[in-house]
Amino acid sequence: MTLAMDTKDFYFTYAGAPAPTLKGINMPIYANKVTALIGPSGCGKSTLLRAWNRIHDVYPGNKYEGEVLLYDEQGGSENILNYTKEDELIKLRQRVGMIFQKPTPFPMSIYDNIAYGLRLAGIKNRSELDERVEKALKGAAIWNEVKDRLKESAMGLSGGQQQRLCIARAVALKPEVLLFDEPTSALDPISTGAIEELISELRSEVTIAIVTHNMQQASRISDYTAFMYLGDLIEFDKTEKIFVNPKEKLTEDYITGRFG
Amino acid sequence: MFNRLFRYSSYASSWLVLILLVGIFASLYYYASDAIHQFGFWHFVTDPTWEVGEDDEGGVFGGLIPILGTLLSTAIAMIVAVPLAMGIALFLTEIAHEKLIAPVSVAIELLAAIPSIIYGMWALFFLGPILQHLFGGQSNSLLTAGLVLAIMIIPFMAAITRDAMNTTPAVLKESAYAMGATRFEVVKDVIFPYARRGIIGSVILALGRALGETMAVAFVIGGVFRMPESLTQPTISIPVLLANNFGEAADLELSAMFYLALILFAISFGTISIAKFFFLRKEA
Repeated sequence: MTLAMDTKDFYFTYAGAPAPTLKGINMPIYANKVTALIGPSGCGKSTLLRAWNRIHDVYPGNKYEGEVLLYDEQGGSENILNYTKEDELIKLRQRVGMIFQKPTPFPMSIYDNIAYGLRLAGIKNRSELDERVEKALKGAAIWNEVKDRLKESAMGLSGGQQQRLCIARAVALKPEVLLFDEPTSALDPISTGAIEELISELRSEVTIAIVTHNMQQASRISDYTAFMYLGDLIEFDKTEKIFVNPKEKLTEDYITGRFG
Repeated sequence: MFNRLFRYSSYASSWLVLILLVGIFASLYYYASDAIHQFGFWHFVTDPTWEVGEDDEGGVFGGLIPILGTLLSTAIAMIVAVPLAMGIALFLTEIAHEKLIAPVSVAIELLAAIPSIIYGMWALFFLGPILQHLFGGQSNSLLTAGLVLAIMIIPFMAAITRDAMNTTPAVLKESAYAMGATRFEVVKDVIFPYARRGIIGSVILALGRALGETMAVAFVIGGVFRMPESLTQPTISIPVLLANNFGEAADLELSAMFYLALILFAISFGTISIAKFFFLRKEA
């Protein structure tokens, strides 16, 4: 099994907080698999996810300790916690994309929403842009719905379409890893189904980590599941194992709905 | 019962706004009509003379100089104030350290609350002489007036712009960062477009204030009816002319002043309408 990322003895402390929010996390993320992070509110699952592309750095004063390795295709790895310069972080975020809880289309056209990241990455050529926008929209299963209205504002799309647009926007950059932070919590069941299907399809091209509140969702779409509680990683294993035969009592209690 | 009362009273209050607007316009027009008949529009706005006739009867009144004084001092103010206010707002929303945000914000709100006469006095005794020292010309001048206007509207514009920028959802900014945007790109592509309406609103309000400001400008523009040859020369603006001369004016001069007031009204109304039409149209 190839590793995409590996988190080793990782501590995270928010600016001004007296104690770390994440305490000694050790977990792998396997390439071309879907890894779900579950746990009750406040367990640190989003905090961990947001550390993996250093989006925490947008706000000053947060502290990382330990190692988070990001592997490239040749099997080499870099500790992303060592990055300090803005362009290192930019490169990291192009390799490790992110989808948020609520759809976040930019106030511009559908086309420009996708092209935005590509332009930031330095792609100016018109035909290459067209091609990659189309490919990304197809990849996010939204092309048929928007192909006749690419010049219209993305704000006019439905919530589910907006979220798929955001996925297309992230996919367009050809990331190695995509981080999903509760991507369906603001969507209706049908849109949720579409996003889940999309995540399963994307797996062949990109490694996925997803934070979810919804345990059924985790069991439906993930290959691996990590259960977190109060800043600790309680258990990490194949999803079937976590849901059918967990090792830890705490995991079992959570899965069976005894708390959370 | 209360429902209906509430409905009628809210109807009445909203109609009151329109009635006031039309009423003010109508009364200005009524008092200005003598001057309008006498001088016409084009002649009035291009004539630089303002002379009372013999025995205080009649005279020749042209509005060019005060109109120019108003437009130029406002233009100077906007050119200086807009970039500075944007910079302050950006600093407060995106760059400043948390510990710095509160004191700077309070300072800006306090500056916005200072009565204009204080700005006028300060500019008369302090800013004017400094500008004269730096640029020559006179201490009371178009430049001093424009700059004191700028200083007056900066805090106001910065405060509103900051509030508008603060409404940008954090997750929208994070999305841009997550796609590899730099701080500058996030500001340019996310924050400015998102806060655009609020920012333009603040600029329009500031513009309106600069056009109509009387007290501070009266102190430092010089108040002389003279065509300025450079920015460092004194001149006069419409509100200052009105405030200075209302006491003594009568007949045709009074009517000409109402004409100027009407023009000022039209200029403010026009700029604000144009700005609203061009910048605040709903996006397709």
